[in-house]
Amino acid sequence: MASGKTTLFEKVWNAHVVTEEGAAPAILYIDLHLIHEVTSPQAFTGLRERGLKVRRPERTVATMDHSTPTLPKHLATVDPQAVAQLDKLEANCAEFGVTLYSLASEKQGIVHVIGPELGITQPGMTIVCGDSHTSTHGAFGALAFGIGTSEVEHVLASQCLLQRKPKTLEVRVEGELSPGVTAKDIILGLIARIGVGGATGHVIEYTGSAIRALDMEARMTVCNMSIEAGARAGMIAPDEKTLAFLEGRELAPHGAAWDAAVARWKTFTTDEGATFDQTVAIDAATLEPMITYGTHPGMGMPISGRIPAPGSLSDPAQRAALEKALKYMNLEADAAILGQKVDVVFVGSCTNSRMSDLRLAAGVLKGKTIAKGVRMLVVPGSKQIKKQAEAEGLDRIFVDAGAEWREAGCSMCIAMNGDMLKPGQYAVSTSNRNFEGRQGPGGRTFLASPLTAAASALRGHVADARTV
Amino acid sequence: MNAFTSLDSRIVSLPTDDIDTDQIVPARFLKVTSKKGLGDALFADWRTARGDEFPLSRPEAKGAQVLLAGANFGCGSSREHAPWALVDFGFRAIVAKSFADIFRGNAIKNGLLPIAVDDATHARLLALRTADANVTVQVDLASQTLTLPDGSTATFPIDAFSKHCLLNGVDELGYLLSFEANIAAHERRAP
Repeated sequence: MASGKTTLFEKVWNAHVVTEEGAAPAILYIDLHLIHEVTSPQAFTGLRERGLKVRRPERTVATMDHSTPTLPKHLATVDPQAVAQLDKLEANCAEFGVTLYSLASEKQGIVHVIGPELGITQPGMTIVCGDSHTSTHGAFGALAFGIGTSEVEHVLASQCLLQRKPKTLEVRVEGELSPGVTAKDIILGLIARIGVGGATGHVIEYTGSAIRALDMEARMTVCNMSIEAGARAGMIAPDEKTLAFLEGRELAPHGAAWDAAVARWKTFTTDEGATFDQTVAIDAATLEPMITYGTHPGMGMPISGRIPAPGSLSDPAQRAALEKALKYMNLEADAAILGQKVDVVFVGSCTNSRMSDLRLAAGVLKGKTIAKGVRMLVVPGSKQIKKQAEAEGLDRIFVDAGAEWREAGCSMCIAMNGDMLKPGQYAVSTSNRNFEGRQGPGGRTFLASPLTAAASALRGHVADARTV
Repeated sequence: MNAFTSLDSRIVSLPTDDIDTDQIVPARFLKVTSKKGLGDALFADWRTARGDEFPLSRPEAKGAQVLLAGANFGCGSSREHAPWALVDFGFRAIVAKSFADIFRGNAIKNGLLPIAVDDATHARLLALRTADANVTVQVDLASQTLTLPDGSTATFPIDAFSKHCLLNGVDELGYLLSFEANIAAHERRAP
């Protein structure tokens, strides 16, 4: 920085600082504010109590995803509380003039899926949402992070946030991924290595040939789980793939505005010689398919490995945490995870519910049937993805294999809509959190890629897609 | 927001590392449209699983305003329901080795003070609390001091702006809105 060289993060940050006064945090301008039903109602109530308006409704976009049914509407389990929350979002958006992609819209879907899909997620932007997986949008070179509901209210009212400048962490992934190793394995590998608090206070920039080689959907998978390492955000500099993804999308710029935007977007890269506060290097060639065995995303390992023994850890707090996790998971230390019984397989969530994810899972399942006794849910990230997948015949592959093909939403990632594990059940899930009870009270989650999920559904136990 | 100046309180001890906000408030309790009344949801699944033995359910927890946790408290989901539930239950301060970023911000906005202490202070407080469930700590925000039951003290970090907001019960939104002219100027020059 002393050299005048700046990182991608610093460029986006600097372009959005409205002012910095004395000891107070910077006032950061927010270009795009995404909202959903769960973390917004109290913020709108706050506005109403203060007699405030939404300052820039055209920079605010709402959808419904967390507690929405994934069975056709008329079959939905009636949950009066969820219905009331969805109704509240509809009323709030109408009252304050905010565009809402409701369940009735053909463009509804998981908030972090529809932003890029509509072309409103763009390089160099600041993007926030009352949702920690907002880091997903960083795949486009945006500074995108999750906020609490008080901050949702701040952004609605002022289009700004008070922010302290985070530090920077470069995660450099060089080399070529082996066949059967995916973006999900890169990010699970990183979190296993640096831990769930390893990037606290930092914005990650993912660099290196293995990141450049990923398509945009895979980059979203990587950035999505940055928060699981504690990072404020994850970013990837825009390149030709970014532009190709955005060009022609409904809400991306068009014509002369597109040309001007592209010229500007291309400036959002880290200068040669710019420095990061920390760097982690990963050799892509050494990565294997990853899977978690414990109760946070940092408890992950190569799928062919053995579950670590608490006795092998020197730190007493970590040892206690592992003991507690293995007890909850009812797993034995030193045991292989391959072959572990699976009751449910979930393909979906803002981490892995896009076309490429569905194609990977379908590729494993095509012409086969899932194991007896296994329940498999495939939940597309948006209605547009559902439509596209059906046009490609992926829905038939899933249904013929014995899986359930559902409507778009967060579904079993957060288990707010009735899609949930029963106590004691084991799931291989393509989602992002294996916390206790995350997929239903007492449920036990193994996080993995869509390939591992599909292979495990076929076998009825944790299986390596490379050998199925 | 309620101002925070000082307190003298017993401690609920839950010294686990990486306590995520899904444990603090399980997702099924997020279907509310108000901030109030989430105290019943606080650690709901852990409370059910461990019954009367769970630290929050023990008699000495009654009236306690300080929670002693491990490292990286509040990781995971950005749900502000976590501090709402902690405050509704009666907590005003969390002592931990470290905090997740979003949780820390959410806590301060709700008058809940995150007190990060070093490993030695944490170990000493935990030992004192383990030996006697009724010991108390004193917290003084103005001097950024935590006084342990044995009379020893530790200072804790907090940025000057957050400290000012907490001491005076200042709400950040009012401060932000006072910069309307700067915000409008930014909008004029930004693409």
